[in-house]
Amino acid sequence: MYLVEYLLLAAALFSIGVYGVLARKNGVLVLMSIELMLNAVNINLIAFGAFRGNAIGQVFALFVIAVAAAEVGVGMAIVLLIFRNRASVNLDEVDLMRG
Amino acid sequence: MDWAVFVVAGIATLVGALGVVTCRNPVHSALMLVMTLFGIAVLFVEQDAHFLAAVQVIVYAGAVVVLFLFVIMLLGVETNEDLHKDPLRGQRPAAIALGLLMLLEVLLLVRSNWVTGAPSTAGAARSADQTNVEVLSRSLFTRYLLPFEATSVLLLIAVVGAVVLARRPTRAELADINEDDPDLVTAE
Repeated sequence: MYLVEYLLLAAALFSIGVYGVLARKNGVLVLMSIELMLNAVNINLIAFGAFRGNAIGQVFALFVIAVAAAEVGVGMAIVLLIFRNRASVNLDEVDLMRG
Repeated sequence: MDWAVFVVAGIATLVGALGVVTCRNPVHSALMLVMTLFGIAVLFVEQDAHFLAAVQVIVYAGAVVVLFLFVIMLLGVETNEDLHKDPLRGQRPAAIALGLLMLLEVLLLVRSNWVTGAPSTAGAARSADQTNVEVLSRSLFTRYLLPFEATSVLLLIAVVGAVVLARRPTRAELADINEDDPDLVTAE
């Protein structure tokens, strides 16, 4: 089996996710890019778990999926709240706490 | 065969990911996200993580993407986002330069340490008499029981938090906020 190939794929996926978080202005798209980054982490965990020949990587990937689900729930609530207050989900306009 | 599956699933994953970050229409981005998640599920199957592949499809492609689509529909589809304008001046060349530097470093690392090998057949993850679900649940409910329970508390907190955040404030609370700080609710 291949380890480095999976790690390279995960690195590429993570970089695409980082680009999405930095470049997109739509709050929903930013949350989707965060999902991409979390999935890159999952690929790494599973690849190392298969390489080591045990299930511990899979256990941690399961935790990551649970945390991602919780994150999406709260993140979506925050996006809805921003939309309710500003009538837009453009994150550049959300600068109330800028110093 | 393994290699072919990896290449096809990997290409699907990366194309989907690029679609997520470049599509102008958020609905298309969500559908591209489904493609990425299915590609990752195939990669999981290839590495004997059968249970996680199922969870990936059910939780991510089923629940999370539906939630994304639901919120996109609720907020209305905005397609006027301009991806060619930088928030900071000179951001794009700097990002390209740093990205190339990182790519170079990664390639150097890969050239010097190319780790491959058969996954250990004696290991727990693919032993013959136990299925993947059995192996996974055995370590989840014994050694990792405490983090598992902590996860349930985390999910409970997330549910309560989401409900509290998305709830509309009652009339009395709105009046209270207005009294304290009139600036806060000017957009209402």
